[in-house]
Order: sequence, then C-alpha cells, then structure tokens
Amino acid sequence: MIKRILLAVTMPVVLLAVWWFASAGSTDFYFPPLRRILETFPETWFGPRMVDDVLPSLARLAIGYAAALCVGIALGMLIGANRTLRAVVEPLLEFLRAVPPPVLVPILMLMAGIGDLMKVLVIVSGCLWPILLNTVEGVRAVDEVLTDTCRSYRIRGRLRVWHLMVRSASPQIVAGARQALSIGIILMVISEMFAASSGIGFTVIQFKDGFRIPQMWSGVLLLGLLGVLLALLFRLVERRVLGWYHGIRAVQKER
Amino acid sequence: MLTVKGLSKTYDAKGRRVEAIGDVSFDVADGEFVCVVGPSGCGKTTLLRCIAGLLPPTSGEIVVEGRKVDGPPDGLAVVFQEYGRSLFPWLRVRDNVDLPLRAAGMGKAKRRELVTEALDAVGLADAHAAYPWQLSGGMQQRVAIARAIAYQPRVLLMDEPFAAVDAQTRADLEDLIRSVWQRLGVTLLFVTHDIDESVYLGQRVVMLSSSPTTVAEDLAIDLPAARDQLATRSDPRFTELRGQVYAQIQKAKQERT
Ligand SMILES: Nc1ncnc2c1ncn2[C@@H]1O[C@H](COP(=O)(O)OP(=O)(O)O)[C@@H](O)[C@H]1O
Ligand SMILES: [Mg+2]
Repeated sequence: MIKRILLAVTMPVVLLAVWWFASAGSTDFYFPPLRRILETFPETWFGPRMVDDVLPSLARLAIGYAAALCVGIALGMLIGANRTLRAVVEPLLEFLRAVPPPVLVPILMLMAGIGDLMKVLVIVSGCLWPILLNTVEGVRAVDEVLTDTCRSYRIRGRLRVWHLMVRSASPQIVAGARQALSIGIILMVISEMFAASSGIGFTVIQFKDGFRIPQMWSGVLLLGLLGVLLALLFRLVERRVLGWYHGIRAVQKER
Repeated sequence: MLTVKGLSKTYDAKGRRVEAIGDVSFDVADGEFVCVVGPSGCGKTTLLRCIAGLLPPTSGEIVVEGRKVDGPPDGLAVVFQEYGRSLFPWLRVRDNVDLPLRAAGMGKAKRRELVTEALDAVGLADAHAAYPWQLSGGMQQRVAIARAIAYQPRVLLMDEPFAAVDAQTRADLEDLIRSVWQRLGVTLLFVTHDIDESVYLGQRVVMLSSSPTTVAEDLAIDLPAARDQLATRSDPRFTELRGQVYAQIQKAKQERT
C-alpha cells in the first residue's frame, strides 16, 4: 500500500521538481518561476474567490454530472432492456456522441441564455453519452442465468431493476462515469470561458487578459489539483460500489 | 402433481434447427423424488426449463399442481446447473437467500428465521456474511440449495447440481438433498447424467434417450428409504438396478445409431 502510494506520487514530484528548477531563473514574462506561481496561489484562491468562483464552478459541475448520471442510467436501462428501442435509437446515439460538446455551447447559449443553466446543460450534454452508452452495454450483457433466477424466484419490480439490471451493469456504468467525470471537468472550464461572470475558467481568462500571468498559471495548477482530487474521490466511491467486482477479479487471478 | 405430456422442443436459432426433445411424457406424484438421467446434450436442461416455465415448448403441455405452465409456476423453485452464475455476486450469502423472500413481501422476522434455518440445514451457519465468490464451488452450490429451501417450494427442480463438485462434497450434498426432501415433503425432480447418483437418490428413475429425446424407460427404485453412502451402494439390489439403468441407456444409444 505505502509502496503503491510512493510509486504513484513519484512522477508528479519529479515533474514539479523539473518545472521548479527549469523555471527558477526565468525572466520570460509568460513563463514565471514556479516559486512565484506557488506564492500567489493562496492569496489568489483562498480568499473571496473560493466562494465567488471555485465553489460555483464545482456546484455546476456537481449538478450537471449528477443529472447526467441519473438521466444516463435511467435511459440506458430502458434502451438496453428493449431490443426494438435499441435498434431504433442506437445510430442516433452514436451520432450525438460523436458531436464534440464544446460545439454545443453557442447553440445552448441561444436556447438557454448565458446563465448557470447553460453551463450545466453543456456539462450534461458531454457527460451523458459515455454513461448512457456504457449502461446500454452493461444491461445487454446481464447474465441469462441470473435473469432466469429472477423469473423463477419471482424477483420483480424495484428489486429486479436494482439487483438484476443496475448492479449487473455497474462495472460498465462506473467505467462510463469515470470517462464522464474528466469530460465534465473540461466542459466546466470551457463553458465559463464563453460568457460568464464567475467560475474558475472565467477567472483564468480574466487573469490572462489582465496580464497577471503567475495568477493565470496558478489557476491552471488549481484545475489540475481539482482533477486529481475528484479522481481520488471517484476511486473511493468506486471501491465501495464495485467491491464485489474487484473481489471476483482478485479471486480469479489467484486461481 | 407434475405432468409432462407429449412435450417436444425444437430450437430454431439462426437457421440451425436442433430437435432437442422429441416426445417426452411422464408424471411425478406429490412428494415424490424422481431422477431424470440421460447423456450430456440429450435435452435435460431444456426439459427442466420447460417445466420451470422459462422456455415455451414447441408442442405438448406441462401441468404443475393442476395448472398448465405458461410462465414460472407458483411454489416452484429451481437450482440451476450453473449455480455459480445463479447467485448475485454483489449480495452476501444471507442476502442471496433472502432476496426471493423479500420479493415475496414477507416480514423481516419471518425472513430472518427462514434464512437462518436454511443456511443451518446446508451447513453454512458461519458463512452468512461471506460473498458467494469467496466460497468454494461446493459451498456455492449449498447457497443455491439454501435459497431454494428457504423459498419453501412445493416443487423443486434441480439441474445436475453436483456435476462440478468433488466426490466427497458430492456424497455429502446427495445425503443433504435426501434429508431436505424427507423433511420438507417437496416434490423433487432431479436431473443428472450420473447413473449411480440417479439410482442412489430417488424413488424412480426416468431414463432419456439421446437427442431427439424420448423416455427410454421409467424404473421404480425399490431400495429402502434410509440410504447410506456405504451400505446402499454395496447393496446387491443397488448394483442390479444400476445395471438395468446402464443397459437401458446403452440400448437407447444403439437404437439411435
Ligand atoms: N438456446 C439454445 N439454442 C439452440 N440450441 C440449444 C439451445 N440450448 C440447448 N440447445 C441444444 O439442445 C440440445 C440439448 O441441450 P441441453 O438441454 O442443454 O442438454 P443437457 O442439459 O442434457 O446437456 C443440445 O444439442 C444443445 O446444443
Ligand atoms: Mg444441462
């Protein structure tokens, strides 16, 4: 365990060290020393900007991501369980998934204005597809012996949806949710760069326009850190939700 | 009472027709223990799935407790051949046994009692909190049996339940099934490809020919009700019956070729 943590942090530490020393004597206006960036970091982000920019960004991400999860899983269950419906909508889904979500920003701005709703919708429109398509795959692959078991033992309704469909498909759902999370973070920033009055993306652009380069870099650093933190949080949740799945894989490896 | 009348089943998948069951008829009386024996691939699982209402027959009909089967019948439980895959890997052993009871809307106290009793009966009293995949094949099979017992079925179907466990576990499970049957008084249809097992376990053996399947013979097993792995298997009558079943199955095979 400790060994794994050490291995995991080695690369970031090395990269930061390289950045630190390579930039130490930099006089280039656009590439300030890492020391300067780190110095501005606390004053830039731990002040009022935490409440005015960081938290609104995260709140929009959370709402958009949660909505994409709910809609994606629910629709995925329906489509995965119904062969006719699947045949009808699958080509459409593949098309929609191929549309890069940032392209939707101007369209969504026209439809939903430039407020929070637009930004949440941008996040939903990108996060939805990996979750939806993976859920469909997961539900299609439900073990037929387990299906027969549910029929024989009259496991129906809510219990059936949860234990036969959702839990069976959960490894695929989680895989989709992991892809969606990184897409969500990217879209959170992008949606704030178009038309916004708050948010991390908005603030970074402001710093750039105001030539406050160390602050701009500190925003980039903050986004990286948030990404890492969210990925860790995701791992924790995954370990709870998919404990059984990893357990089976570990047992199979032993044999 | 369970009746199979003129049952046939032809699979028609992607242009390949397989006549799995030709024409099968037999009865099982209430509380009877009947073994169905036949070579691999002769349609035993197909027969069982038809009786369980999981597969519509091509022709013929099945009646369970006076009602024609057109879906899973009430009060009927199945122990599947792929027992490992029939357990929910995200549920602990006790929750696997409990799930059908929860689905039936049974009260919590009653459920706990039935689950504990069933797991005790199969010798898994200390495996309540384990996950199925943490158990050996034989123990997983016991969980599947415990789930069927707790469900309190009037008819129990078992599909080659011991095909994949080692000889000692198999002997234990055979005796377990007999004691469960004697205690609960269920009607039991037990499918196997093992001739010895079919003679040792049941009151009757229904022998199937190979595919397209018909009933080759229906033989009463007149061994004493109290069976014992050593005494029964060395009983001359056991050897005789076993010989009969064996000869019959050989004959059915030759008639085909
Ligand atoms: N879903 C299916 N589609 C097509 N053929 C099948 C299907 N299930 C079983 N069969 C065929 O039916 C025959 C009987 O199979 P099965 O009932 O599983 O036999 P057993 O359980 O006695 O080994 C086999 O030839 C098998 O290949
Ligand atoms: Mg079979």
